[in-house]
Amino acid sequence: MVTVPRQRVGDVLLRLEGVSLSFGGVRALSQVSFQVREREICAIIGPNGAGKSSLLNIINGVYHPSSGTVSFAGVVRRAMRPQQAAASGIARTFQNIALFKGMSVLDNIMTGRNLKMHSPLLWQALYWGPAEREEIAHRRKVEEIIDFLQIEHIRKTPVGRLPYGLQKRVELARALAAEPRLLLLDEPMAGMNVEEKQDMCRFILDVNDELGVTVVLIEHDMAVVMDIADRVVVLDYGRKIADGAPDEVRRNPEVIAAYLGVATEADRRAVQGEGG
Amino acid sequence: MQFFFEVLIGGLLAGVMYSLVALGFVLIFKASGVFNFAQGAMVLFAALTFVSLEERGLPRWAALAATLLVMLLLAVAIERIVLRPLVNQPPISLFMATIGLTFCIEGMAQGVWGSVVKGLDLGIPDTPFEVKGVLISQFDLVAALTAGLLVAGLALFFQVTRTGRALRAVADDHQAALSVGIPLRHIWGVVWAVAGAVALVAGLLWGARLGVQFALSVIALKALPVMFLGGLTSIAGAIVGGLIVGASEKLAEVYIGPALGGGIENWFPYVLVLLFLLVRPEGLFGEKRIDRV
Amino acid sequence: MIYREAGQFRTSYRADQRIFPIVQDRAVVAGTLLVAFGVIPLFAPEYLITALLIQWLILSLATLGLNILTGYAGQFSLGTGGFMAVGAFAAYAFQLRAPSIPLLGAFALAGLCAAAVGVVFGLPSLRIRGLYLAVATLASQFFIEWLLTRVGWFTNYSASGVISAQKMVIAGVPIDTPVRRYLLVLSIVAVLALAAKNLVRSRTGRAWMAVRDMDVAAGVIGIPLLGTKLSAFAVSSFYCGVAGALWAFAFLGTVEPQAFDLDRSFLVLTMVIIGGAGSVLGSFLGAAFIVIFPIFLNQILRGLFGDALRPGLLPNIELFVFGSLIIFFLIVEPHGLARLWQIAKEKLRLWPFPH
Repeated sequence: MVTVPRQRVGDVLLRLEGVSLSFGGVRALSQVSFQVREREICAIIGPNGAGKSSLLNIINGVYHPSSGTVSFAGVVRRAMRPQQAAASGIARTFQNIALFKGMSVLDNIMTGRNLKMHSPLLWQALYWGPAEREEIAHRRKVEEIIDFLQIEHIRKTPVGRLPYGLQKRVELARALAAEPRLLLLDEPMAGMNVEEKQDMCRFILDVNDELGVTVVLIEHDMAVVMDIADRVVVLDYGRKIADGAPDEVRRNPEVIAAYLGVATEADRRAVQGEGG
Repeated sequence: MQFFFEVLIGGLLAGVMYSLVALGFVLIFKASGVFNFAQGAMVLFAALTFVSLEERGLPRWAALAATLLVMLLLAVAIERIVLRPLVNQPPISLFMATIGLTFCIEGMAQGVWGSVVKGLDLGIPDTPFEVKGVLISQFDLVAALTAGLLVAGLALFFQVTRTGRALRAVADDHQAALSVGIPLRHIWGVVWAVAGAVALVAGLLWGARLGVQFALSVIALKALPVMFLGGLTSIAGAIVGGLIVGASEKLAEVYIGPALGGGIENWFPYVLVLLFLLVRPEGLFGEKRIDRV
Repeated sequence: MIYREAGQFRTSYRADQRIFPIVQDRAVVAGTLLVAFGVIPLFAPEYLITALLIQWLILSLATLGLNILTGYAGQFSLGTGGFMAVGAFAAYAFQLRAPSIPLLGAFALAGLCAAAVGVVFGLPSLRIRGLYLAVATLASQFFIEWLLTRVGWFTNYSASGVISAQKMVIAGVPIDTPVRRYLLVLSIVAVLALAAKNLVRSRTGRAWMAVRDMDVAAGVIGIPLLGTKLSAFAVSSFYCGVAGALWAFAFLGTVEPQAFDLDRSFLVLTMVIIGGAGSVLGSFLGAAFIVIFPIFLNQILRGLFGDALRPGLLPNIELFVFGSLIIFFLIVEPHGLARLWQIAKEKLRLWPFPH
């Protein structure tokens, strides 16, 4: 398929240099370096256990790298707490949906606005004046996101009762509620059928296009990656083995061997022939 | 100096008695993931049943056997009526169910056997004997030995036997254990029965020491800091925790107590364990919980 | 048919976020308040007021406090009695040593004292989670009990340890009749219940529930864990403290640590379970159940057995049935009476159709 070069991509927003991560004796990541530009959609792919989730966890401060640096929006940091990452404009979704099962969809998304709400306890207890105004103002913002992701019909439903696909969408909404600059998505389409995946792809593209959010996503479905990613980073056993446009990466023999797989010799020649 | 050792040893031995009660808790938690708050009530119930049966003329061994049977029946009843419907509910629900169970067992124990304080004579002389000028209570020593044997036996059982392994699997994940074919219900019945037997031993020893009365179930509350100190899933932890709590409680009461007006043994073990947990939240030998998101 | 929402459209977020967005609900609440403030003081028998209503209202307040901590914020606590005791003794101390402070002020300050103590004993919650936290709250319970008994300053050096609460006076009006005490308690509880409902539907409440449901995720999306947990401890202890002060001043008439022992903590926890954790209404329902239940049971047993019961058997039967009820509720409806109420309302919405 033909990719139209997108002019909207800006300067480097996120830069990882020489990032390594070890747990006890296990090396999760070795010397991973890459960068993501503003308004890019960057996909991270690789076999299971390659360190993809760990990479995401490092970007938003849940893990601290044993060596190397991460810089976001020009600020270099070695160790950062997740709350700081959230405050500086990084939001994320999780592989095993981390929604608050006891609350409704609306309330879940409103928790994403928590950092932006400041009215003191006493005013909240009165639910009057500044507290009420703040509550309504943020409700308005949240409703925009609900509109955007087309989940109006379930806004009062307790999240625990929703089907998996909708829960994923609510999690995306919660991440968007923080108005992030960088959105980290950990397997946003896992467990979805074709229709749901199409919807989610459309939403991600819209988020990137209309809201100008930079997206880094971990994904296993190669069709999705080819379709929506501007750049692809491939990890294997904690090392980066490829980094570039989707078409390049798809033909990279190391990537094919490690992850995409080749059935026969003829296939490999066919793939190489296409590129050569 | 001699006095110090007396207090210390007295505390250690009392600690072993706490361990015995804590052991029942740990057993059930280790094997079913349930924090059985009713353990103390079970201690009371066992002791009361034994003493009341003896009072009604049953010879000692018959009373013991009968009480053991009763505890077994109780375990089966608990498994059927309380645990089975609550399979795979969050642990907090199970814990609250055991609070309800506590009330039930206490009400049953005192309702059936009455709430008059009864004496219990196990035939163990309480005359103290001397070791290098330090007085040690013979009774305490026997209690400690009994507890020690029981603990060693149970620890071995868990590690070595197939049933023990199954029990540990069940504690980890009910549903997973079920899907591997472990007969959950039988296992739980076994565990609660064993805990009931442990409660009986604890009840007899504590009953002989304090007299069989309602205060026995309050001893269980003392076993809580023991357990949290040792780690909820560790049998060794129950022992070590008991020793530490017992000793420190007595020593604190004797040496720090007078300065503060006395009576500090009520809260000292809790504060001690609290401070310890701040440093090591999973207890001495407990398993570290890793939360993945 | 009666409870239909059809035709009621909310046209602003403000209207949608009301506590009772449905007209019928608002009518019922208005009616209840009318009865509570207007009808009962005039027509209810004194026995009802003194033995039941005042007790129920104060215990509901304590249950609300514990519900905030355990039901909404998920921090397990067995220290309710201790925090109530702090409130009672603090109110006593303020009335004794600073009588110029008006009564309601003394109650508020007592609540703040309890809140401060709650925050101190809540600090471990950042490191210790789940059932292990029970140790911290047990420590607080036992330590507070000991402190208030041993340190003479609190009991004004009374020999027996039992002290009479001072007479209550507001703006020169003595609050000495049951009706007046009832109205005082009712007003305070109503105001605080409204405040609680407002809190749980605001940012703070959502933060509490997020911490309860998945605290790791909550931290990652930016919710400050320590601040949220401590605010739960503070608000919860404030409520329990005020409840304790009311218990001593408006119900018992004496200020004694025994009224706030571990049994009290368990009683309030039971009310939370039966009423429904995480529900303001549930707090009131649970407290009502526990207050009415012994009387109810008493009447039934007496009716069945007359005086044939061995003395001392009745309290044990009560205990047994009590425990069974807790287990029953946990099996059948773990979310308590509040959920049953919700289900009833939903059925009522569809009535007379089955679904």
